Amino acid sequence: MERIRIYELSWQLAIAIVISYVFIIAILPVGALFTNAFNNGWQGFVKDISEPAARNALVLTVKVALAGAAINGLLGLLTAYVLVRFEFPGKALLNALVDLPFAIPTNVSGLMLLAVYGSGSPIGKLLESGGINISYALPGVILAVTLVTFPFTIRAVQPVLEEFDLEMEEAAYCLGASRLKTFWQVTLPSIWSGLLSGVVLTFARGLAEFGAVVVVAGNIPMKTQLAAVYIYGEMESYDPRGATSVSVVLVLAAIVLLVALNVFSRSYRPEFPEILRPRHFIQARRVKKHAESITSTQTG
Amino acid sequence: MQSLSHPLKPAKALMIFIVLGYFFLVIVLPIAGMFAGAFAKGLSAVGERLIQAAALHALWLTLIITAITVVLNSAAGLLLALLSTRHRFPGSGILDGIINIPFAVSPVIAGYMLIIIYGPNGLLGWFFASQGWKVVYALPGMVLATLFVTLPFVFKEVSLVLQEIGIEQEEAAALLGANPWQVFWQVTLPGIRWGLMYGITLTIARSLGEFGAVLVVSGNIINLTQSATLYIYQSYADFDYISAYAVAAVLALVSFLILICLEFIKRKRGVNTGGYRVAKPDQKLFRQ
Repeated sequence: MERIRIYELSWQLAIAIVISYVFIIAILPVGALFTNAFNNGWQGFVKDISEPAARNALVLTVKVALAGAAINGLLGLLTAYVLVRFEFPGKALLNALVDLPFAIPTNVSGLMLLAVYGSGSPIGKLLESGGINISYALPGVILAVTLVTFPFTIRAVQPVLEEFDLEMEEAAYCLGASRLKTFWQVTLPSIWSGLLSGVVLTFARGLAEFGAVVVVAGNIPMKTQLAAVYIYGEMESYDPRGATSVSVVLVLAAIVLLVALNVFSRSYRPEFPEILRPRHFIQARRVKKHAESITSTQTG
Repeated sequence: MQSLSHPLKPAKALMIFIVLGYFFLVIVLPIAGMFAGAFAKGLSAVGERLIQAAALHALWLTLIITAITVVLNSAAGLLLALLSTRHRFPGSGILDGIINIPFAVSPVIAGYMLIIIYGPNGLLGWFFASQGWKVVYALPGMVLATLFVTLPFVFKEVSLVLQEIGIEQEEAAALLGANPWQVFWQVTLPGIRWGLMYGITLTIARSLGEFGAVLVVSGNIINLTQSATLYIYQSYADFDYISAYAVAAVLALVSFLILICLEFIKRKRGVNTGGYRVAKPDQKLFRQ
């Protein structure tokens, strides 16, 4: 009895320590940021974020994050599909490479992009003669965000696609749907939740990006200055109110996105594809079985 | 067999081609470019830059910060995961949300929040200053920043595994007379070990590579608070490209190692989910 009491007490002590740890590491800083931002009331906050440089940085950040989410959403979906469905030499290596942007420091990612696409490199010169600047320009910012958020969509779609029952596709195909129609009406609706969470995470990460962007695009107000870079620039000034208010906007946006995603993925139940109502499904299975029995008798 | 002997269908070939191009342009080419940049003046130039005092100090500092972070956040993440999955208490619902906040906060903002609190004009900064303790622009601030950005990793991985394996084994051990400490060491920990390893590896990767948060709180003082990523940033800004690429190449090599570890753990986890399979009753025995 006495021993049990000791275990209970030590567990409670450990919990008390770890909760205060979370308080010091996470809650206190975020709380301080929010109280600081509203020091001058709601109007002061609105005034801070409607300064031209701040507003521009925020608008540009949303645009760049959207561009990154669009590129990585489309190509990430394709990549996940290819990695799950097709067999080809080098697939395992490709699959392991997907996580590389998570493992590499963000400013090293920026440096890598400059090494290849920067104005000093052969490819950079070629691009510049074609009118596309990467260093200190918008395409470079988008490229940096694309690289840093590369894994999200792929890693979100892959497991859903792996779980997806191939027989559903086969059934639709047997019923005469074209491959494109099968993908559009059977596959896509089933992996929709994975794709959405991948794209939302990509967008949220794009909003926050700093390291790769500051290396590739520098800190040119109104031109390549993203919100996180704006915060870094303002922080050093005498009155860092703009930095505080823009920080609050970014943190709130990210929290809203993540909470919405969480609520959505808990309530979401994938619908059974329209063209595969149970009757058809059973029929398709029968067709498939019949086809298999024919081939087996032929070979046997 | 059949699909291998047949030539690729055009649509399939096109899809693979696009994916390969995407990988090549976004991942493979930049990495190759960076290594080419590092070795542009030969291997000895890279070695020379790496043994400069500032470079060595930066790598050493990164190592120290990573070590402290891994110890503290692994212990905290493990305890928090046990707390969140094994105990119900008022406010347990928002605990997950709070621990995941660092995922939503830009690293620059993470550093900036620490300046607001511990900076010279900060809420608690005056107190630490009066005691003669330096938090911001010194090692403690850099550690605090890294602790913030890596807080969720171990917690997230371990709670996923804890939810998956359930509590039946733990209950059985307790009923057979094991004390809570024995239950933890002999039942819970073996079950979650690969999840824990995965979380720790992610924490190491993020601590080694943290840039934004550390840049803001450290003040980037050479030979003092300059970590490896900051050294790369500074060298590049000073047009010392070889030094920047050399240290970046070292970090990239470590990233490859980390990727290999992650892949290894994933495979281990797939094959063996921690000894829990042994205890499952044999269905055939019960059917007789």
